[in-house]
Amino acid sequence: MNNYKKSVPFYRKALPLTLAIATAGVSIAFSAAAVAAENGKFRIGLVTFLSGPAAGPFGEPSANAAKVLVDGLNQGKLPAPYDKLGINGAEIEMVIIDEAGGAAKQVEEFRNLVQRQKVDAVVGYISSGDCLAVAPVAEELGAMTVLYDCGTSQLFSEDKTPQYVFRTGLDASVDNIGAARYLAKTHPNAVRVGGIQQNYAFGQDSWSDFTLSMAQIMPKSEVVESQMPKVFQGQYGAEISALSVKRPDIIHSSFWGGDMEALVLQANSRGLFEEATAVLTCGESALVRYKDQAPNGMIIGGRGPFGAFAPQNPLNSWFTQAYQSAYKAAPTYPATKMAQAILGLKFAAENAKAEAGKVPPALEMAKALKGATFESVSGTVQMARAGGHQAMQGIAYGEYYFDKTSQKGSVQNVIAFAGECVTPPDGTSAHDWIKAGFPGAQCN
Amino acid sequence: MCLDKTELMMLGVGVVLATSGLVAPQWLVFLLTMALAKSLVVQGVVMQMRAGLVTFGQGLYFCIGGYAVGMSGHFLTISDLPTLLLIGVASAVALAMILGLLMTRYREIFFAMLSLAFSMILYGMLVKSPGLGSTDGFNVIAWTLFGWSPATGQAPLALFVIIIAVSAVLAVLLHRYGHSSAGAMCEAIRENEVRVEYLGQSPRWVLYMNYVAAAGVSALGGGFMALAAGHIDPEMAYWITSGEFVFIALLGGTSHVAAPILAAILFAVVRTYAIELVPHSWQMILGITLLAIIVFLPKGLWSLLSGQARRAKAVEAKA
Amino acid sequence: MLSVYAVLIDGAIYASWLFLVAAGLTVIYGVMRILNMAHGSFYAIGAYAAASLVGWYFNNGVGPVWVGYLMMLGSALAAGLAVGLLIERGLLRFMYGRDEVLMVIITYALLLILEDAMKMVWGVNPYFAYQPYAAMGRSVLAGLKVSNYDLMLVGVSLVIGFALWLWLERTHQGKVLRAVIHDREVAQAMGVNVRRVFTLVFVLGTVLGTLAGALTAPAISVAPGIGVEIIVLAFAVVVIGGMGSIEGAALGALLVGLSRAAAVHYAPQFELFVIYGVMALVLAVRPQGLFGRVLARKI
Repeated sequence: MNNYKKSVPFYRKALPLTLAIATAGVSIAFSAAAVAAENGKFRIGLVTFLSGPAAGPFGEPSANAAKVLVDGLNQGKLPAPYDKLGINGAEIEMVIIDEAGGAAKQVEEFRNLVQRQKVDAVVGYISSGDCLAVAPVAEELGAMTVLYDCGTSQLFSEDKTPQYVFRTGLDASVDNIGAARYLAKTHPNAVRVGGIQQNYAFGQDSWSDFTLSMAQIMPKSEVVESQMPKVFQGQYGAEISALSVKRPDIIHSSFWGGDMEALVLQANSRGLFEEATAVLTCGESALVRYKDQAPNGMIIGGRGPFGAFAPQNPLNSWFTQAYQSAYKAAPTYPATKMAQAILGLKFAAENAKAEAGKVPPALEMAKALKGATFESVSGTVQMARAGGHQAMQGIAYGEYYFDKTSQKGSVQNVIAFAGECVTPPDGTSAHDWIKAGFPGAQCN
Repeated sequence: MCLDKTELMMLGVGVVLATSGLVAPQWLVFLLTMALAKSLVVQGVVMQMRAGLVTFGQGLYFCIGGYAVGMSGHFLTISDLPTLLLIGVASAVALAMILGLLMTRYREIFFAMLSLAFSMILYGMLVKSPGLGSTDGFNVIAWTLFGWSPATGQAPLALFVIIIAVSAVLAVLLHRYGHSSAGAMCEAIRENEVRVEYLGQSPRWVLYMNYVAAAGVSALGGGFMALAAGHIDPEMAYWITSGEFVFIALLGGTSHVAAPILAAILFAVVRTYAIELVPHSWQMILGITLLAIIVFLPKGLWSLLSGQARRAKAVEAKA
Repeated sequence: MLSVYAVLIDGAIYASWLFLVAAGLTVIYGVMRILNMAHGSFYAIGAYAAASLVGWYFNNGVGPVWVGYLMMLGSALAAGLAVGLLIERGLLRFMYGRDEVLMVIITYALLLILEDAMKMVWGVNPYFAYQPYAAMGRSVLAGLKVSNYDLMLVGVSLVIGFALWLWLERTHQGKVLRAVIHDREVAQAMGVNVRRVFTLVFVLGTVLGTLAGALTAPAISVAPGIGVEIIVLAFAVVVIGGMGSIEGAALGALLVGLSRAAAVHYAPQFELFVIYGVMALVLAVRPQGLFGRVLARKI
């Protein structure tokens, strides 16, 4: 019987082996190609949402702010003390990465940024999940990392002695403690409290921080309804009905982005906001978009002294003017927070032990930023929590007001609370601090 | 146990890959580790595809494997790698034995939708548990191997070698499974289930066994992913993650046991360079790549290597 | 008592929206056996087209309000026709006859491509074209303040559902369609131009998708990712109702809408699971969906 098996050519038999060798070879070639960062420039890896629902309200303003700031720094246009060219004299170049894809993907991309693209520092991260996943990797690789927007209170609870990870944005519990304090000052007679949050970690934590704070600050209040619709649901008919049936005085929401705009539109047109005052902790991000669809008196926040709540100092004036002329819109709070992160990085690099014009090593930059106090677009920033790795600032809330003649929205009746009033101290979790009645808080 | 040519080749490739890990840059080692972890999950998807079932819910077992590893480390302070993985596989198998009783009653699109539904139910349950970090998830503690702990900085490489070893052994086992009577039955069920019934076998119980085995394999992938990334979150059970696994399965094709590995690596490389080079439209690049593969290589990439594409074209030309 | 009325009203509103979203999907699957994952993208394209056009129209105060509504519908129609024709003629018609699962994956690839294409055309900023929604005001029903726009949507979906049913049951074209749904080969043998039917049906399904998006757009803020969110919802409704059945989609939408409204009012912690629970329950009792036909097994 003939053997009809055709002889397979040699290369096809050895194909898998060849593939493996090719992989090894290509990888060695790659390692040679990535010498880019030894070019004397300060390379920043920027990670923010460029796609998906968070891109419009947060990712794009952040990326825009970064571009404006980096261009200004490279031309030495910033006012003192940031007037040195670039960072420590070295020109800044940026690599922007999309934060979409999930935490495991972001861990991989972080490693790529540090090991393949050899960035000198990583700035970014909006999603709390990504921050939590990336922080231990940053410590493992010894990469200077400045987190600018994620609000999770768990960031420094696992690793109590961070070295390379810093957060120049504020802990989200500050938002809700501040909201409760603002309500105590402006609506002291409110009793029935309702809430609607997106059903994910940020929404759940916000609601629990807020209700715990209200129990302490306004003990007569009671929670009458809590709705937690799916994230990005977009349509809140049933939730609005459920809330209005309970006749609340206050409605708290940590909604953001498209969900927030949809909620405001739908609730307002159904009259929910005529009976109740809304408190939107992320409300400032859509300040220019509400127009007449949001009621006057709606309380909005900017996650700190950012965006419309930022003070009129020379840095902020320069930044606002530069951003406005480049993008025809005022910077909202994500843009301000990104500017703050980059300024913090610049501060760290220029106060580190390094030669002028050279990129300082990550360890030196980290030592310089730890526990530091630096000037920013939002005022003075003290890295006063988490052993000097977490920024502490005050927070302000205000009421939305729409001027029909000029067709512009603005914030009025702004009340600010100092950092020491609303920030939990080191060594205690936000929940425990609130439940204990804010021991050690210095409020005016 | 006598190993045939394919199996020897796969083990050989595994050894070469592991040793090349010593010279390759660290980011590539990490990328390959994640790709291999994904490929283990995809093996589970392919096992079911060979039986004619497309599952859009393999993320369920992927997530269970990952969370078992994470939770055992966090709450039970177990750090021994084999124990962690075993817990993950055992939990997945236990759940699959229950769910399989329902799932094997359905075929085609209903099977796909039900599997999607169950994975989304797990997603919902995890999102609602603040104790598990809700959507933020939590970090996985460092692993040890029978008491040996890798030196600082060496953990990724050590995990890389371990995962290659496990993938290679699993590939050999799955190769045998595919060529065994059980595997042949799965193919027969895919071709024509009624005939299988009339020949006296029970398609339902063959599919059940296949489903449970696939769940275990995917949980292994989930456990490795948790250890490699160091972080777990409910996204692992989201339907888009499951869709990614089906994507990779179709990319590689179902004909050879090494195809998912190849496809997973290619997918990881294409995605990471797409994100770097076109950060604003990397999804489109991925979509176009998938479309191109489906249009020109319907049997997946492996058909390119095994000459099936060439032969199929020859058949078409003759006809 | 107020809660019960609220549940009924909310349930009806949500059900009508679900039906609009799922109608296109079930029509396409019924005839072509393609589970179109890109349906979410059609919805999003309709929403973006309507929001951008209507937004421009009202922000520039060009004309009367009712023209805005016409523009909404017109933009949806135009977008649906263009996209549907392009995809069907340009891609899908080369793929007929392939394995069903392969078709799903093709549509998944389309979803990825369209998501980024939309980003390129419309950018990442949300579009907030609220004027048609706000202009209609509100009414009070059983003590509950309801937006008139939502009530109008209930009417629109009833009209569309009825029109579809009428077309399928009472017209010649509809009979031809049902013949193709029932058995493609025999219909072809009887002289039906199945290719042309496929094009027609796909474009119809696309237009229904873009219409659903356009009608929803004034009530929401149109941002990237809204398409992906509705895919699972639409699929679940179609599976519950039985693939290819308009009545099934309507009944499925009603079931899901009422259950969800009830959950939101009485047991908000189960709200996330309701749709999957209903689907699993229906499939456990009737494996082919409520109105799905049991297909004879071919040996």
